[in-house]
Amino acid sequence: MSELFTLPVLLGMAYSGVRLATPYLYAAIGEMFAQRSGVYNLGVEGIMLMGAYAAFFVAMSSGNLWLGLLAAAVVGLLMGLLMAVVSVTFQAEQGISGIGLYLFGLGLSSLLFKTTMGGAQSITGFQAIKIPLLGDIPYLGEVFFDHNLLVYGAFLLVPLAAWVLNRTTLGLKIRAVGQNPQAADTLGVSVAGIRYFTVGLGGVMAGIAGASLSIGLINLFQENMTSGLGFIAIALVYFGSWRPWGILAGALLFSFVNALQLWIQVIGIELPSDVAVMLPYILTIVALAFAVQRAQQPAALSKPFERGES
Amino acid sequence: MRMQLSRLGVLSLIVMLIAAACAPAATPAPQPTAEPQIIEVTRVVAGTPEVQVITATPPPAEPEKVFRVAIVMPSSITDAAFSQSMFEGLLAVQKEMGGEGKMEIAYSEGMFKVPDAAAAIRDYASQGFNLVIAHGSQYGTSLSQVAPDFPETSFAWGTSLDTFQAQGIGNVFAYQAEAQQGGYVLGTIAALMSKSGFIGISGPVEAGDAKLYVDGFKFGAETAKPGITVNKSYTGSFSDVSLMAAAAETHIAAGADMLTGSSQSVVGAIGVAKDKGAFWFGTQWDQTSLAPETVVASQIYDWSGIIKDMIASHKAGVLGGKSYTLTFKNGGLKIQYNDKVAVPADAKAAAEAAIQGIGDGSVKPLP
Repeated sequence: MSELFTLPVLLGMAYSGVRLATPYLYAAIGEMFAQRSGVYNLGVEGIMLMGAYAAFFVAMSSGNLWLGLLAAAVVGLLMGLLMAVVSVTFQAEQGISGIGLYLFGLGLSSLLFKTTMGGAQSITGFQAIKIPLLGDIPYLGEVFFDHNLLVYGAFLLVPLAAWVLNRTTLGLKIRAVGQNPQAADTLGVSVAGIRYFTVGLGGVMAGIAGASLSIGLINLFQENMTSGLGFIAIALVYFGSWRPWGILAGALLFSFVNALQLWIQVIGIELPSDVAVMLPYILTIVALAFAVQRAQQPAALSKPFERGES
Repeated sequence: MRMQLSRLGVLSLIVMLIAAACAPAATPAPQPTAEPQIIEVTRVVAGTPEVQVITATPPPAEPEKVFRVAIVMPSSITDAAFSQSMFEGLLAVQKEMGGEGKMEIAYSEGMFKVPDAAAAIRDYASQGFNLVIAHGSQYGTSLSQVAPDFPETSFAWGTSLDTFQAQGIGNVFAYQAEAQQGGYVLGTIAALMSKSGFIGISGPVEAGDAKLYVDGFKFGAETAKPGITVNKSYTGSFSDVSLMAAAAETHIAAGADMLTGSSQSVVGAIGVAKDKGAFWFGTQWDQTSLAPETVVASQIYDWSGIIKDMIASHKAGVLGGKSYTLTFKNGGLKIQYNDKVAVPADAKAAAEAAIQGIGDGSVKPLP
């Protein structure tokens, strides 16, 4: 056990944890905005897959990673808007339509992958950029300040999202629509407009989350490559009580424990691999049980809004 | 108005679901890299409650009866691993038998969900396929329930050696690969090539084929160079590319310069090896194309001999009851080197000696 607490191992663990947290942060913060306005989108996983595919394919064909990222954002936006049409305008049951969106993304990304690429290929994705000065801080520098741009972006998103949500008029409107849409409506806030915006934004974020895998961290596309990541991101929104900093804490906890279990196996600590693989999930459940529950669940979450009804 | 909108919502949802379910069905048959000819394909739609079969082209009419083989597999025919190895084996046999006029191949890929696979197996059997292959050990229970209902059909499954004869079922073949044999040989090469003295292995689930390969690789490396450190890890998933990549990163951070792993999720690990300048050893299929400068050698499963024997048995009236293994000795296992990566002569010689030794029984690939 003592070999686990050597400096290189701890630094390696922290470094992997930061990288692993990246896709969760994008997807979960996007989903948080949608949920704060009263819509939960279970289709995050499907949007991530489409985003991952779009980013990879465009980056591979054009040779430009930024175009790939843009493609992921656009595809994410379109899928988010599709979800908004179904859940906001047509007021369909959100859980079911989200699952429909997930299956749609899974099927379509696999189909496109097969017709355009056939098999797995890899590209050179966003490279790590060491931040001057900060990157030279002993230990902390290599853990936090030697990553690619998409990793930095994910972490910068947290304070930005917190500021938008809590300090701007837009954030106030989002929270009002999610808490009491009738009241917001009487005050002249367009409930449907805000929800379209947040679900669309959530789609963009989920698309970028997919891109962070396919052109940032893993640099290839494979069918169903997210394998459940999008659903964990949704769980992290609940875990973080619909707050950006809470989501950051949850994403880091989950990712660090995932990195920890890999290290436990790699350095040969006697623990069955099945138990090691379960560790992040067990700890997340334990943490969730002790966290303050549902303190901030938006009151109108999952409830379609119809003017004049209450 | 509200009712109308809700109905529209439900309608659009149904359209979405159908689009998702139909997506794989619309896939044209990918051109297999090793095989320029177009194969006739029958596909099964995944995810629909009732499995429908769409025949792309009707079977051509000819005097001799076409031998019809159907296969259900967990991942895709281009996974550079388990599924592709079997599919390429079928294509090789088809070519040898005289093309699609003599042998028809129908396949369903991406069948990670066992209930979907079970429905597809039953469906192929009821359509009168002569041999239905359930290519995954997770399909065994379903197969043992389907097989007795179709006594004229031969079934095959793997990796396993259980033909269900103990349960009174006579029409099931079973097959497996002695993955530890190639693991041992590749481990020998890796140990002799390693400069850091560390090797990393990342497997999917600690069972079956993957465990055999991992244990063989570790034992081969430790035998070739006593004192070398071989670290191993499992991700708990056959498809989690992201965690597989993280596992490879962890191995490299722990000092490994030689990596290997098994399952279709290794593409993630190969990408990491390429980025960080480590070398990779593949298994199940030739993985060189994924990273031409990174893959040193791959263990290849050649199922064609087994497929031919099953077809011959079926034609002779023996519909099942045999179990097969792929080994170096029977030619089912091969080591494929990548010309672009130089392997030192002593490593190559040691590998040859290991293959010989495993063949004649003087070398045991597992501790």
